[in-house]
Amino acid sequence: MIQVTNLTKKFGKFTAVDNISFNVEKGEIFAFLGPNGAGKSTTIKMLTTLLKPTQGVMNLDGKNPAHEQSQTRKSFGIVFQDPSLDDELTAWENMEFHGVLYHVPKDLRRERIKQLLEFVELWDRKDDLVKHFSGGMRRRLEIARGLLHHPKILFLDEPTLGLDPQTRNHLWTYIKNLNETENLTVFMTTHYMEEAEKIADRIAIIDHGKIVAQGTAEALKQQTKTNSLEEAFLSLTGHVIREEEAGSLDQMRMKRRAWRR
Amino acid sequence: MSTIYILWLRQLKRYFRSKSRIIGSLGQPLLFLLALGYGFGPIFRRAGAGNYIQFLAPGIIAMTVLFTSIFFGIEIIWDRQFGFLKETMVAPVSRICIMIGRTLGGATVATLQAVIVFGISTLAGFKPASWVMALPALFVMFLISLLFTALGTAIASKMEDMHGFQLIMNFLIMPLFFLSGALFPLTDLPKTVDIIARLNPLSYGVDALRGLLANAAHYGLLMDMTVLSILTLVFLLIGSYLFSKIQI
Repeated sequence: MIQVTNLTKKFGKFTAVDNISFNVEKGEIFAFLGPNGAGKSTTIKMLTTLLKPTQGVMNLDGKNPAHEQSQTRKSFGIVFQDPSLDDELTAWENMEFHGVLYHVPKDLRRERIKQLLEFVELWDRKDDLVKHFSGGMRRRLEIARGLLHHPKILFLDEPTLGLDPQTRNHLWTYIKNLNETENLTVFMTTHYMEEAEKIADRIAIIDHGKIVAQGTAEALKQQTKTNSLEEAFLSLTGHVIREEEAGSLDQMRMKRRAWRR
Repeated sequence: MSTIYILWLRQLKRYFRSKSRIIGSLGQPLLFLLALGYGFGPIFRRAGAGNYIQFLAPGIIAMTVLFTSIFFGIEIIWDRQFGFLKETMVAPVSRICIMIGRTLGGATVATLQAVIVFGISTLAGFKPASWVMALPALFVMFLISLLFTALGTAIASKMEDMHGFQLIMNFLIMPLFFLSGALFPLTDLPKTVDIIARLNPLSYGVDALRGLLANAAHYGLLMDMTVLSILTLVFLLIGSYLFSKIQI
């Protein structure tokens, strides 16, 4: 479903993604893990047509994200790390707009909106403004929205960040369910190692732009002779905290947190 | 196209749902109109230039359009990281359609605000020379708002965060407003101010509104409309181009 071969992205002299290659099978839940600044977001942006690679080839459901942008976009849905809902519209309106943007015909759209909102248990809140939704509810809405056009692949960028255990559990149950019944391919990133260990079929660990290990959680634990994915991860990427500078995005995130409730 | 319609509709829904923002943003034009209008009224009259409220109202209407439009464009900076815009970037629709839909929506909202201010100014004593001219005036308001919405979009497309915003406000927007003939007549100006006013797109907008609503154009209606139309087109093209180059 997803094939990445020798993918590289350079920003001037800085190489964010360095010659990585991996495959994701149809119907697989694939976890992409790595420390901050490792190149995860850059990779996802390239796969989701938001950035052009410097070198390398990508194949998403038979299409090339770098050259066939419009076509590729129909094949995937994405739940971003930062929420991308419209606060001042209702849940229903957010879904409707997505449907129009993805050219889902009206009757089909209405039917699916009902189906999906019921699936994430938000149908009774469909006419409420999103600004009154909690973090968990927003994530659920975003998942429902991302699936409206029935994509074959769902990208989840830190989907459970900041959510309580009940919501996290619920979210993964939905995802697992979709994966099993619809054969949905899931590409996720997360910092919650226990979740990745429980949910993902296969894992790739990226650090400094390179893939340092790939395989099932079991295989990685054996490779590093550790007992949990978290230990395997730390063993592969080191215990040193990464030096980071707050970019404009981080600053905006902090301001946003200051303004919320 | 349905994409353009839905983006336009979204802007309108957001506008009508925020009563406090509508009323709040009317505060400044109202303040200017009443404080300056009644404050400078007597001096203006004594200088032989007539009724200041008559003179000022079109300027304040143009001011409303300017501020609403630019702010709308600036919203992009926030929206692109935390809002709906990101979702549209990943959707199978062209950036141009997104830009057009948003710009039309923003311009519609700015025009609506301007109409409200127009209404309020008539309560404050402004009498349009002829109500027949109200319709062309509406068109001019829409044209100006397209111009500045596109300009706001162009600026915001190049900005990564809100920091540069203060700079833009104080060094671009305020001068655009104050040196446009909105507050003072363009006749017999010192050479420098006259030149700056001539280079300022808003001057032509104010002048056109004044021409249509008060029969008091300085540059002449034809000149105003020509300049406005050309500039609007140019800014729309620049805005679309920069918008299409946004990276998330």
